[in-house]
Amino acid sequence: MSSVRVLVGTRKGAFLLTADGKREQWEVNGPHFAGWEMYHLKGSPADPNRIYASQSTGWFGQLIQRSSDGGKTWEPVGNKFAYEGVPGTHQWYDGTPHPWEFKRVWHLEPSLTDPDTVLAGVEDAAIFRTNDGGKSWQELPGLREHGSGPRWQPGAGGMCLHTIIQDPGNPQRVYIAISAAGAFRTDDGGKTWKAINQGLRSQQIPDPNAEVGHCVHHVAMHPSRPNVLFMQKHWDVMRTDNAGDTWQEVSGNLPTDFGFVIDVHAHQPDTVYVVPIKSDSEHFVPDGKLRVYRSRTGGNEWEALTKGLPQSNCYVNVFRDAMAVDSLDECGVYFGTSGGQVYASRDAGDSWTPIVRDLPSVLSVEVQTLP
Amino acid sequence: MIRVVLPAHLRTLAQVTGEVQLEVQGPVTTCSVLDALEARYPMLEGTLRDHITRKRRPFVRFFACAEDLSHESPDAPLPDAVAAGSEPFLIIGAIAGG
Repeated sequence: MSSVRVLVGTRKGAFLLTADGKREQWEVNGPHFAGWEMYHLKGSPADPNRIYASQSTGWFGQLIQRSSDGGKTWEPVGNKFAYEGVPGTHQWYDGTPHPWEFKRVWHLEPSLTDPDTVLAGVEDAAIFRTNDGGKSWQELPGLREHGSGPRWQPGAGGMCLHTIIQDPGNPQRVYIAISAAGAFRTDDGGKTWKAINQGLRSQQIPDPNAEVGHCVHHVAMHPSRPNVLFMQKHWDVMRTDNAGDTWQEVSGNLPTDFGFVIDVHAHQPDTVYVVPIKSDSEHFVPDGKLRVYRSRTGGNEWEALTKGLPQSNCYVNVFRDAMAVDSLDECGVYFGTSGGQVYASRDAGDSWTPIVRDLPSVLSVEVQTLP
Repeated sequence: MIRVVLPAHLRTLAQVTGEVQLEVQGPVTTCSVLDALEARYPMLEGTLRDHITRKRRPFVRFFACAEDLSHESPDAPLPDAVAAGSEPFLIIGAIAGG
């Protein structure tokens, strides 16, 4: 019988939530790495027992942990993320040039085919790759050396590369997103990158239609349709049908189009989920109600999903990497909140149940669907 | 033998309990002690000193013999009592965060 394993990264450790395919009874395992910030954990699609985890603190810096037994045991692997050459400068909050400095790993994206190959998105924004299971990491400097690099600037959370999406049909193509530079695409395995921000419009920057400078919060893709991407931008939910060459707004009837997470149903490429957040000055859900919004039309028309979610006195946020879907026949949807709840829906969002309510603030949620 | 006390998180990471005892070749300095520590426990590389700059992380402190040695040169000799093994070299995670 199939089962699912939910990998949860929090401000104070990692948790593994497991259930059989019914997804009714959950076992909570953790904390792993208690006291450390766990920005992201993700399993290898090629070997689900192989899991990578980003572990850090302000005291002792960055570590990468690797498990080869589904998260039962872990071993620290390489944690040296050195930019290639002289890294140069990006723009600081006050507009002055600021040297590129490594701070942490935000996102780990294991290869679709090789358990030893992983891409890592880091702050200050750059992409690294390991081909030896995390022992050593090499930067793909073509991204940072994109001519616009000196104009990139940090968002409030830092200048982080937080999203990495691999095209399952074309191993040379990868999409990434950076706050607050925008989205980029490589078509040659990471040697060169193109800014793909045409159609994004950000009123908070001097030129709302600039090539770079957009605060992209997250991007999602359905693997059957790799040219179609959905984006939750700082403000606006966007869609592209041509691999990012142009974007159109699909915020439609959302109560607010500010938010962080966005994800796509495992079997319905036009079914999209977001969690609207009131505003960039009030990072919590509107009206004290935790509502996931679902579009079954690829955007523009959205319905509120509220069954099982608190509809009064709720003031949590849902961070950008804290939503995921499983691939069971009835798609499961999962998300974690800044208040430490992890909610699960085993009916594609129609109803929700908390798996666990009182974890530390949830930074990331990933799901493995196991045979 | 040089005695080193690690902060709790790094004892967990290095899978040690209590003090660590190290052989240090040549002059006993902060740098040579940390080099020996990282050679024995490679998982600690980068946690005390930045990989690239080799500078002490801001929230890591080095104490010995009731003195804060954090701002001394990493190549300065450590107190004789540390070199003789009668006093430990303390690596501290600074109290920070409110």
